[in-house]
Amino acid sequence: MATITTAPTRAQLSAAQPVRLDSVGRTFDTPQGPRTVLREVDLEITPGEIVAIIGASGCGKSTLLRQVIGLDRPDEGAILIADAPTHDIDPRVAIGFQEPRLLPWRTLAQNVALGLPRGTPDVVGRARVAELLALVGLEASAGLRPRQVSGGMAQRASLARALARNPGVLLLDEPFGALDALTRLKMQDLLLEVHAAEPTTVILVTHDVEEALYLADRVVLLGNLAHGAERSVQSVTRVPGSRPRDRASAELAALRAELLEGLGVTTNHTPAPDPDAHHSI
Amino acid sequence: MSEIATGTGTGPVTDAQGRPLVGLNHLTPAHGDHRTAGDGPVRTDEDPRAVSDGTAGTADGWAPEPDSASPRGHGRRRRSRLARAALVALGVVVPLAIVVVWHLVTTGGLVPAHQLPSPGSVVDAGVDLWQRGQFQVHVAISAQRVLAGFAIGSLLGLVLGSLVGLSRWFAAAFAPTIGAIRAVPSLAWVPLLILWIGINEDSKVTLVTIGAFFPVFTTVAGALRHVDPHLVEAGRAFGLRGLQLLRTVQLPAVVPTVVSGLRLALAQAWLFVVAAELIASSMGLGFLIIDSANNGRVDRMLLAIVSFAILGKLTDSLIGLGEKHLLKRWT
Repeated sequence: MATITTAPTRAQLSAAQPVRLDSVGRTFDTPQGPRTVLREVDLEITPGEIVAIIGASGCGKSTLLRQVIGLDRPDEGAILIADAPTHDIDPRVAIGFQEPRLLPWRTLAQNVALGLPRGTPDVVGRARVAELLALVGLEASAGLRPRQVSGGMAQRASLARALARNPGVLLLDEPFGALDALTRLKMQDLLLEVHAAEPTTVILVTHDVEEALYLADRVVLLGNLAHGAERSVQSVTRVPGSRPRDRASAELAALRAELLEGLGVTTNHTPAPDPDAHHSI
Repeated sequence: MSEIATGTGTGPVTDAQGRPLVGLNHLTPAHGDHRTAGDGPVRTDEDPRAVSDGTAGTADGWAPEPDSASPRGHGRRRRSRLARAALVALGVVVPLAIVVVWHLVTTGGLVPAHQLPSPGSVVDAGVDLWQRGQFQVHVAISAQRVLAGFAIGSLLGLVLGSLVGLSRWFAAAFAPTIGAIRAVPSLAWVPLLILWIGINEDSKVTLVTIGAFFPVFTTVAGALRHVDPHLVEAGRAFGLRGLQLLRTVQLPAVVPTVVSGLRLALAQAWLFVVAAELIASSMGLGFLIIDSANNGRVDRMLLAIVSFAILGKLTDSLIGLGEKHLLKRWT
């Protein structure tokens, strides 16, 4: 991109924010009585870190993200972004959902523009949208409608929309879950490219242990309170090595088996020196 | 219905009447197959496309570059245009056949002319009234009442429908009352309106307004209540709220439904204008019917009825054309 477009945004880029969850709890009222989905979640996330949250369905992964952006409020505890407690929708936070959730009557470019901070001047906004579309490889599709593009392209537009406000914290709620396996791998690499280009704090919810290990600095395993877990966070695992990681690494394969066991999946994993044949891509 | 309505992306579009979909398939030939196949049971439209993205390998190359899709699209579009012309022609066959049978039945003496005059004599009656300058006046005054009542009624319906559709409190307070008023038959209002407003244009336009209001009110309120919650949540997550959220997400999402509501409202406006003109009027096609009935001019009655049919169909087609453009823009 031209230097003109990157210059005004560059100053804001170092705005990756630390996030602190302070014994966060959330209980929903259901017809069957109160149901606690999050209990005593303590988590300290440093600026620019990528944290993956994994857990079985219903363990409150998505609820946790909704707390951070302010779509939902915790009943207990507090969420602090840059040491300031959040209230309502926080403008420093942006989110990408599992579905692209693009407005069907807008072009991809207009959808990305939706993510710009309110009151962005037109010229600046247009430049920023063009920059982001280039970043996610959609510059040729800027004028297309969501129904005219593939699921992977729509998801890339959704990512660009989330990045439009230079978020200090980027939340991703199973962003690649609905994509086919190959597209998912490409999107993972795209996310790492984007993170390298515009470092921000990322909290990524995923079902996919491999994805978590490939992308994250740390992996948080959440347990299901309904199935007898005392508190939500079961373990926090620091992923060894630095990105880009070897998808076929034996070390990661061992970690993967460990995390899958934590999710209640039998892996039949025997810690052997030879790399897993089925794990390589 | 609810499955599709809560779906992502273009979900709510298809629930309107099922009708818009045909138009969409025309407009996006490259995806026509996906949409018709995946429309019913699948929750999101993304699935088939996601597969294409992966398996095609050239995810971006496959993507609907308008150029690469057009050669095939043109041929298909031309063929579909021919097919549509054939269908339109087929639609003309039935009314023509009716006129022919009508003609044969009346000229053959099967039905006495004082009960059913021949098509020719109806045309004669029309030409006669036209030359006296009366036919134009009847048509113009009826159309004027319809359009004025339609404009006012649909505007009111849009405003009140938005309030009821967006605010649970407003809905709880007003929806039952409005629903009860809706149940009052059109003719029941006429004496009251004449008493309150008088025998003039205002009372007639008011009745048409009542008729046009309800279809718009009902469809707008219902559609706003069922806007894809995923899209609304996404809008909120990006800091939209209140009027901004309404303008950016909710109103555009209901445009297709609003247009079909407007179509219903226009049809209802024509129904109500007859009710208004049957009693205490001196002009309009409704007056022509009641006046001709009193004078035994069956040919003029038939003329008025045929005029209603043609005018109603014409105005509906005009809205239909607008609908097509709006659907292209907003879905």
